[in-house]
Amino acid sequence: MTSLNAKDKNAVKAFWAKVPGNEEKIGADALSRMLAVYPQTKTYFSHWKDLSPGSPQVRKHGKTIVCGVGEAVGKIDNLTAGLLNLSELHAFTLRVDPANFKILSHNLLVVLAIAFPTEFTPEAHVALDKFLASLAGALSEKYR
Amino acid sequence: MVQWTDFERATIKAIFAKIDSAVVGPAALSRCLVVYPWTQRYFGKFGNLFNADAIRSNPNVIAHGKVVLDGLARAVQNLDDIKATYAELSVLHSEKLQVDPDNFKLLADCVSIVVAAQLGKDFTPEVQAAFQKFLAVAVSALGKQYH
Repeated sequence: MTSLNAKDKNAVKAFWAKVPGNEEKIGADALSRMLAVYPQTKTYFSHWKDLSPGSPQVRKHGKTIVCGVGEAVGKIDNLTAGLLNLSELHAFTLRVDPANFKILSHNLLVVLAIAFPTEFTPEAHVALDKFLASLAGALSEKYR
Repeated sequence: MVQWTDFERATIKAIFAKIDSAVVGPAALSRCLVVYPWTQRYFGKFGNLFNADAIRSNPNVIAHGKVVLDGLARAVQNLDDIKATYAELSVLHSEKLQVDPDNFKLLADCVSIVVAAQLGKDFTPEVQAAFQKFLAVAVSALGKQYH
């Protein structure tokens, strides 16, 4: 897919500036939606007691994920290098099928559209979609 | 045949009763043309699609957005036979318009996002699941007559 230009990076950073403080809320919502709308993703969490929206494990993990995305925003100039460790984690330990990154990205965008209806313009949307695709690519680096 | 639960039927109909196709349609179509610019290949006759503002205010995009949403509304009226309802539309998209069916999914994702922004917290995960199931069925029916 296409790499991020300066306009994309600025749009992503500007939009993501609204997120700090809301990581758990956004992450829990995105994760809940993913588990509800794409039930096949539940297979990765068979070790959790409670997969319902807003459960403690969903909230905690949602926050972890969104904080991770925030970190990636900070490393937006070199995602592949910056996310090396996370890529190894997803490739060798978690072994998440990369198709699921797209699914989670979609749900993240839905949550952002709901949380920031005015700011999530088509222009912001395309920059974030490109960024999340690049992020997924960086996470998939170590898979094979 | 697609099985709909009572919750899904009620939810899908409620959403379409609430939204304005003249607002959601154009918003979703213009968003699709901006976020996935390769989809512009099907709209060569629409005039100026040069940037997001041009797309947003293009009268052809606005008119066609409503046509698309009205098409989805027809499927809502025929939830138990979307495949038959869309048979002609599928032939049209395949033979005359020659649209790659992968694009239907892209537009469907934009419809989800626009409806989510409109409904806000009423667009719960369960509502989203029902709505996206409906869109997936519509997308599948639209691709059925391709050969």
